[in-house]
Amino acid sequence: MLAAAFVLLVTVLAVAGQLFTPADPDKQSLLDAAKGPSSGHLLGTDDLGRDVLSRLMQGTLSAVSGPVCVALGTMVLGTALGLLAGYYGGRVDALVTLLSDVLYSLPFMLIAIVVVGVVGTGYWLTVALLIALMFPFALRLVRSATRVQSRLPYVEAARTLGVPDRRVVTHHVLPNVSPIIVANILLDFVTAIIAFSALTFLGLGSRAGSSDWGTMLADGQKLIYDNPWMAIVPALLIALTCISATVLGDWFYDRLSARSEER
Amino acid sequence: MGLVGFIARRAAFSLLLLLIVSFLVFGLTAAAPGSQLTALLGGRPPTPEQVAALNEQYHLNDPFFQQYGRWLINAVQLDFGTSSVAGVSVTQQIGQYLPITAQLAAMALVLSLIVSVPAGLFAGIGRGGKLDRTVSLLTVGGMSSPPYAVGILLIFVLGVKLSVLPVYGAGEGGGDRFVHLILPAITLTIGLAAIVARQTRASTLTVMQQDYITFARARGLSPRRILVVYALRNSALPVVTSAGLLLISLISGAVLVEQVFSLPGLGQLIVSSVQQADLPVIQGVTMVLALVVILTNFAVELLSLLIDPRTRYAAKG
Repeated sequence: MLAAAFVLLVTVLAVAGQLFTPADPDKQSLLDAAKGPSSGHLLGTDDLGRDVLSRLMQGTLSAVSGPVCVALGTMVLGTALGLLAGYYGGRVDALVTLLSDVLYSLPFMLIAIVVVGVVGTGYWLTVALLIALMFPFALRLVRSATRVQSRLPYVEAARTLGVPDRRVVTHHVLPNVSPIIVANILLDFVTAIIAFSALTFLGLGSRAGSSDWGTMLADGQKLIYDNPWMAIVPALLIALTCISATVLGDWFYDRLSARSEER
Repeated sequence: MGLVGFIARRAAFSLLLLLIVSFLVFGLTAAAPGSQLTALLGGRPPTPEQVAALNEQYHLNDPFFQQYGRWLINAVQLDFGTSSVAGVSVTQQIGQYLPITAQLAAMALVLSLIVSVPAGLFAGIGRGGKLDRTVSLLTVGGMSSPPYAVGILLIFVLGVKLSVLPVYGAGEGGGDRFVHLILPAITLTIGLAAIVARQTRASTLTVMQQDYITFARARGLSPRRILVVYALRNSALPVVTSAGLLLISLISGAVLVEQVFSLPGLGQLIVSSVQQADLPVIQGVTMVLALVVILTNFAVELLSLLIDPRTRYAAKG
């Protein structure tokens, strides 16, 4: 429940951060630079005297929306190809398995760093890259679940009744593998948010001076003796968002799979 | 198909994988915006003679596959060319940065095994109990907190507030180096330990439901004997097979942790060469790390054949 509340809070922050912030997030004031918390600036100021709280709120949307897109994209691609490979087997399956084997044996973060750094991608290209790197994992999951399902008697029964393959997949198999898919969206979201803020933390994939969580964390580390809140709050925000999403994902999975067992 | 055939097939697969990676690494960096020429010139205004000399030296006008072939032949001999920023050979640079990463990785690995194997084992045995719930909660936390965030929180608490441990740089000499690596290693351990504990717990759960455990209990064997001889040994296999996964998260984690703690290791080398568009170094480090991962995966497969006779039958098919 705590986890759900925190995810809700982050969502509210993401929206509210665009509409209203306690202070102008881009307003500089060198006289107030790198100060600790005060009544005017609840979380203090950064090295250019900008209000940390406002910048964090402003950065929430870009920190969260990219990973949400990654998670959804991963789910759509992974589910579609996973159903195909798992249901039909054969050559499609072999190709798809080889692809995911290749990506399984590579350090995922390393590739992301190298590609983003070398090709110099922007925000949405980073999203596309992460989807490309992550969907094989979802695919493998959906594929093995589909294989289990498509051998069960009810699939055979539907086939015998002359239900076309496409309908069997979408109406019979899909509902039964959906708990895994739903739980996996949240776990993919976690992976994506970690990867995203890692890239921005390293100064890749976002503009300098933006208010991304990762960028703020990197800037905050330099000021850790002057205004530690600037480092701690983004670190906690990232960690707590990820933990809450994982807990929610696990919970969904337990609940949905318990329900499908009752049926 | 015999056992030798299986091993040969896996070896061939590892080689194929390595080839695919090398092609991607070379192709990617060659496709980078801004030609290699501008990177090699490093911002100097070029004279036509310089351009011609560089083209000649690096064979930049050759067809792509010819360039790739030449690069691959050198790479097999561990020659990745010369860093376009530092001016020394890439192999030399890797040799210089590798020890820190290796020491950090070794410390984190030992630390995480010490913590997580017992934790996972006891959690799996006392399923649903207080310890199990605590361990499960901690693994969720550990697996989903990014290493850089954990690192900064640790820096703040142990380095800034309590100032008990150094938080910056690698230190000089053996003892000093060890002290400097404590915090980074702890940071890395949190993620790793969570993975290992989860694996150990899951495999212990499966093992504890087996008939031979029930039978051993019925025979009146001491719980300690059951634990060590029956449960630990049989839950070890899935943990060993996850070594490849561990290594991947170790490398990814090390890249970030080295950045947080300003450690001059391979991770920092790759991040700085990415920022400076130092193509030969990027290619070299990526290839070396990929080689380590692929070799580990292969070794793990061989090892599991050795540990568990059942996989040998499966391999024979």
